[in-house]
Amino acid sequence: MTDILDLLASAAFWTATLRIATPYILGTLGELVCERAGVLNLGIEGIMTLGAMAGWMTVYQGGDLWTGVMVAALAGGMLGLLHALLTVPLGLSQHVTGIGVTLLGTSLSYYVYRMVLPQVSSPPTIEPFQPWAVPVLSEIPVIGQALFNQTPLTYAALAAVGLVAWVLYRTPLGLGVRMVGENPAAAEAQGISVTAVRMGAVVCGSALMAVGGAFLTLSAFNAFFFNMINGRGWICIALVVFASWRPGKALLGAVLFAAFDALQLRLQQIVGPALPYQVFLMLPYVLSILALVLMSRRAAYPRALMIPFRKGERH
Amino acid sequence: MHEVVLRLAGVTKRFGALVANDDISLELRRGEVMALLGENGAGKTTLMNILFGHYVADEGSIEAFGKPLPGGSPKAALAAGICMVHQHFTLADNLSVLDNVILGTEPLWRFRSDRGAAAAKLSALAERFGLTVDPAAPVGSLSVGERQRVEILKALYRDARILILDEPTAVLTPQESERLFSTLKLLTAEGLGVIFISHKMNEVMAASDTVGVLRGGKLVAIRRTAETDRSELAELMIGRTLKAPAVEPMEPAEPVLTLAGVTVRAARGMLDRADLVVRRHQIVGIAGVSGNGQAALADLVSGLGVPDDGRLEVFGKPVVVAGPLEMVKRGVARIPEDRHATGLVGDMAVWENLIAERVRLPEFSRLGFLRRDAARARAREVIKDYDVRCPGPDAVSRLLSGGNMQKLILGRTLSYKPGLILANQPTRGLDVGAVAYVHEQLLAARKAGAGVLLISEDLDELLALADQVAVIHRGRLSPPMPRAAVTICQLGLAMAGHWEELPDVA
Repeated sequence: MTDILDLLASAAFWTATLRIATPYILGTLGELVCERAGVLNLGIEGIMTLGAMAGWMTVYQGGDLWTGVMVAALAGGMLGLLHALLTVPLGLSQHVTGIGVTLLGTSLSYYVYRMVLPQVSSPPTIEPFQPWAVPVLSEIPVIGQALFNQTPLTYAALAAVGLVAWVLYRTPLGLGVRMVGENPAAAEAQGISVTAVRMGAVVCGSALMAVGGAFLTLSAFNAFFFNMINGRGWICIALVVFASWRPGKALLGAVLFAAFDALQLRLQQIVGPALPYQVFLMLPYVLSILALVLMSRRAAYPRALMIPFRKGERH
Repeated sequence: MHEVVLRLAGVTKRFGALVANDDISLELRRGEVMALLGENGAGKTTLMNILFGHYVADEGSIEAFGKPLPGGSPKAALAAGICMVHQHFTLADNLSVLDNVILGTEPLWRFRSDRGAAAAKLSALAERFGLTVDPAAPVGSLSVGERQRVEILKALYRDARILILDEPTAVLTPQESERLFSTLKLLTAEGLGVIFISHKMNEVMAASDTVGVLRGGKLVAIRRTAETDRSELAELMIGRTLKAPAVEPMEPAEPVLTLAGVTVRAARGMLDRADLVVRRHQIVGIAGVSGNGQAALADLVSGLGVPDDGRLEVFGKPVVVAGPLEMVKRGVARIPEDRHATGLVGDMAVWENLIAERVRLPEFSRLGFLRRDAARARAREVIKDYDVRCPGPDAVSRLLSGGNMQKLILGRTLSYKPGLILANQPTRGLDVGAVAYVHEQLLAARKAGAGVLLISEDLDELLALADQVAVIHRGRLSPPMPRAAVTICQLGLAMAGHWEELPDVA
């Protein structure tokens, strides 16, 4: 028990937690933006995979790390545009389209990777982002050490939380996004183009997800390999519900989940072989489901989520 | 006379073969309230949707303040000062009043909303027109009357010069309607032009300066309200004269439904120690704003629930276990509140819907197999007897008009000569002709010996049909009063919770 308490008080644990949380933060924010506008984006898993591949490939081909991030965002945005075109103006089923986008994004990534690197056994590596300690602040015991010894993309993810919250709640654009997710007919009657706002939200949200994927290849690791997203996208979908569609709570959820994940890794070492390691692997998911049950029973989901809007139709 | 602010010339709109609006021309002047009167399907809402840019007219032109209005763009209509309060409010429940009001009034690309100034402007408007509402409250927490105030504030906030109200009183109590009409007076005094759409004659007479009557997509007449009367308008509206239903006096016989101190605590609504008796040859009306316990009461009679406390008897026998089939077997006919949601399965055929209540009875099934021929034969009978206009037993129910759907539901249950009829909002959303048909059928059933529990928000209907009327408010049921003893005004106040206004008949 004291082992665990020591662990929870250590800066290294929280540094790892924030690092693990980064792709979840970005992915959850991206999904949240889409869903706030009324579009469920199950393409997230594929979009994150494509972001991871595109970012890594850009750097591997000699690009700058930040160029990699940009290319990842652009690639994710393009896939998001496809999802948006199918679900918004055409009004297709958001579930089915999303799963299609995930399959497309994942296989496209593997395909391109294999096209460029047909004969490699061990994945080639790049030089990833290095942690950048913020002067002075990183000296603060535990909190400062954990918060301010991260790679630039983690700082960017934290900034994105504030940015998304600001846009959603403080700008006319954000109000428009929330309104098309709640009652598109009302937004249309106020002279707002539901199609444009929804498509814009899906493209931007998808770009955020893709950057979350790129974090894995450009920052957390230094290579791209298959199955590297490994269900993170699906976790983000659950985290959006956990967060009741609020950016601040999305951050909390992502960090909580990551903390469970970091904890199970350490627990495996502490407890040793007494328990099969799969039990520990399960831990974050089990705890997340519990948290979901406790926190989201009364969540007010966007009313128009998953309901296509067709202009001029009799409703 | 003031200048013309809005001019429609030769507006025509077709939906496939249906001509929804046929060559409509009219003028609205500054400071004038124009009522558009017409039955359902007469083309009122279509016309307003064209005006507001939801639809594009096939022919004709619209001018606002002397300038032509491009079609198909709500934005252009808003820019021209035309605002619309839709019948189904276009508000987002999860957002605050202020959010709903300022949406679309600022350019989207702006670093921040100026919410302080917006709130101040909103309060000033609310003050000036007596439309009090809390700007920070989520719309979902407001009453229907308050939501309508938000809709009107939304229009005023955008500096509306022409306000269109689509069936504004459909969901209001008589007092709330009064309040709305006095608001409209304030608005026209400030120079706004108002068009309101209605199919209720008394409102049109009370609140408008001119009346346009639509029938079958055509504008059949425009009258100055002061120079016409209800019977002329009614004739114009339906194209023929219509008699008020004649209620023969009858002696109520033994009770068919008895509630004694019934309490229900359910998610769908609650009843609080309700007492009620419905007898044969008697129609008992329940007046009230929806959401005050009518659903719980209807569920009891439909067999969808049992009392948590108290005694419920149908035909003198207590009901202890809930079950619709049990009620059907006992001879209870049920006309549900919402024919689309619970009355019919829209995507299934007429004959399938007709036997839905009795599909497990031997009449329509044998050894677990459906007796399709018997069912179809039954459907043909009902279609003929109840004059359901449809291609045949295999027609898809969804494609029937509201009136024909209701005839189908009536035929499904009334043809079995039930002893107790639950009629929950039986005429909501029907046009005058269909309403008259439903009323005739209910009166015929009463004559044949049925007891009818009539739940309605339409006070005119209750006072026309019911032998006794009780008011329901927050789950409490008032003692029943003979129809002759109450007035619409008293009922309206009682519906809003002012019980003391009711005549003491206990």
